[in-house]
Amino acid sequence: MSTRNAICPNCGAEIRFRWSGAVQTTCDYCKSILVRNDINLALVGKAADLPIDISPIQIGTEGIFNTKAFQVIGRIVYRYDLGTWNEWHLMFTDGSSGWLSDAQAEYAISFGNSFTDAPPAPGQLQRGMMIVQHNVPLYLTVITHAMYETTEGELPFTSYDKEKCYFADFRTNDGRFGTVDYSEDPPLLFLGQFVEFSSLQLKNLKEFEGWPTA
Amino acid sequence: MNPAAPRKGFVPKAKALNCPNCGSQIELRALGAAAGVICSYCSSTIDATNPQLKIIGQWQAAMTIEPAIPLGSRGKLKGVLWEAIGFQQRGINVDGTNYFWREYVLWNPYQGFRYLSEYNNHWNFVTPMQTLPAPTTVMGTPGLVLGPDRYRHFQTARAYTWFVIGEFPWMVQVGETVDAADYVAPPKMLSSEMTENEVTWSQSEYMAGTEIWQAFQVKTPCPPPIGVFANQPSPFAGKVASSWKLYGLMCMVLFAMMVFFAITARGQKAFDKTVIINPASMAGEKSFVTEVFTLDGNNDNLEVNIDADVANKWIYLSMALINEETGQAFDFGREVSFYFGSDSDGSWTEGSRSDDVLLPNIPGGRYYLRVEPDTDPTLAGPISARIQLVRGVPYYFRYFLGMFLLLIPPIWTSIRSAAFEAKRWSESDYAGGSSSSDGED
Repeated sequence: MSTRNAICPNCGAEIRFRWSGAVQTTCDYCKSILVRNDINLALVGKAADLPIDISPIQIGTEGIFNTKAFQVIGRIVYRYDLGTWNEWHLMFTDGSSGWLSDAQAEYAISFGNSFTDAPPAPGQLQRGMMIVQHNVPLYLTVITHAMYETTEGELPFTSYDKEKCYFADFRTNDGRFGTVDYSEDPPLLFLGQFVEFSSLQLKNLKEFEGWPTA
Repeated sequence: MNPAAPRKGFVPKAKALNCPNCGSQIELRALGAAAGVICSYCSSTIDATNPQLKIIGQWQAAMTIEPAIPLGSRGKLKGVLWEAIGFQQRGINVDGTNYFWREYVLWNPYQGFRYLSEYNNHWNFVTPMQTLPAPTTVMGTPGLVLGPDRYRHFQTARAYTWFVIGEFPWMVQVGETVDAADYVAPPKMLSSEMTENEVTWSQSEYMAGTEIWQAFQVKTPCPPPIGVFANQPSPFAGKVASSWKLYGLMCMVLFAMMVFFAITARGQKAFDKTVIINPASMAGEKSFVTEVFTLDGNNDNLEVNIDADVANKWIYLSMALINEETGQAFDFGREVSFYFGSDSDGSWTEGSRSDDVLLPNIPGGRYYLRVEPDTDPTLAGPISARIQLVRGVPYYFRYFLGMFLLLIPPIWTSIRSAAFEAKRWSESDYAGGSSSSDGED
């Protein structure tokens, strides 16, 4: 499992893993989706083309969150009825992983967490309801049905075998937020906070024609 | 789809597209970031989240408005360069009257979307907000808390989109309605917009139109704001409190001065003499001079006390305080009269047996008094009058006068501040009188 380099079973290109915990990655050259088995990479599919994509973030973007440096190593593009958003997979220098979400350039950082209280069943979800996780009061603001549009780079789980997602998004009175991902069983909890673009001190961003670099 | 291989990490300018409805060319500024693009020729709303550019709908706008900030122009606000990419005119209807305001979509590829809103030439820089403000009560009305600020509810109304052009982060359409609520803590404002599916929050900050004109280099003259806007900072903000604080401070200084001079006042008796006035000798020369006495110090006041045993009588002392060395004279006259009696209402008195007067700024030196008494010559019996001169007495009246006059600025500031706030709130749901502009449901 500690192999940092591998060969794409489809095109033979070199696949370099940045993160030892990666379960799934995408070949940069042929867009094959590759899943790490014991020692081999299994070809499980092909990533879809990215939609019209002008997120300023890209694989390799570096930044700082709460004094901890991170690098962007993967990405999931979700589609919902109002468009798409990106969840960028972050690898922190201490080896932990997190997510930077970019929804129309509104940025948030989150981390997988355990439930301290059992989450409400999907059928019980009601906008405005409050739940408490890790002593944080969370108010349900929106329920999102989304689809995996495509993925890129290294992810901590496989996505090729999934299609639909069901998220309950919670907000707080102090800029934090929580997301319960009901597409997994049992559901997953992510807790995080909204962040100012400039506070992340991002480097290696995309360039936009006609715009000064941030 | 793209003929040339895309350069990694580089996003080229979006290409113009042809409106799938009318075929006219639409310039795109934020394709991929914007969700809805409105064709300026046929007013179709096009779904820009999809490479297929579906038409979402077509609405004939009832009006056409030229944005004051031309779409495509750029300006630096709050240290960030923004491009105006969308414009809409919205309105609310209060008691049968439409009130319109305008909103500009600003975009920066890294920072995302912001908005400028304008009503009666009052401008606000609007930032979408992800934090939920907590409900509270502010001064007896509903309000919100966010961070250190407490916002008072100002107005709730149904907003209707009348005209739209350019690119938007959502699929905006003419006819879109939201329930909009504003909460103010000048110069800030929190606004919520509620649709069936979601509530979105934003935070506004009041801005001078001239600042926006300068940033976006708008060629037309910047019209001045009309009236007072919901979150317009009051020119008296903070001044009311500080003027009262200053008043309190000055009163304390005056009080300290008063106490200091009261303690340090000489209160020194310089002269004390009782003179006898005989009414019978009122004809002819009746004036006399006193012996010489010393008033020490430089300029200081001098209190003249007269106590006379007048009972249903009057005396008038015409006096001159004369400096023996320089001949400088200070002339003054005092009347002492005291009457009493009883009638159907009971007993009464009028006047007083004693009188005092303060002569300010008398230089030090050797002085004598020249006294010319007068009284009713028909009165019987002599009248004795004791004249006392006290050098350097504490003197309070000017301090109280000072405290009173100093009240004028804080009271004036308070009145003007209250008038400004009254003007602000006259546009709100809490305007005085019977007017009610609450939502209709």
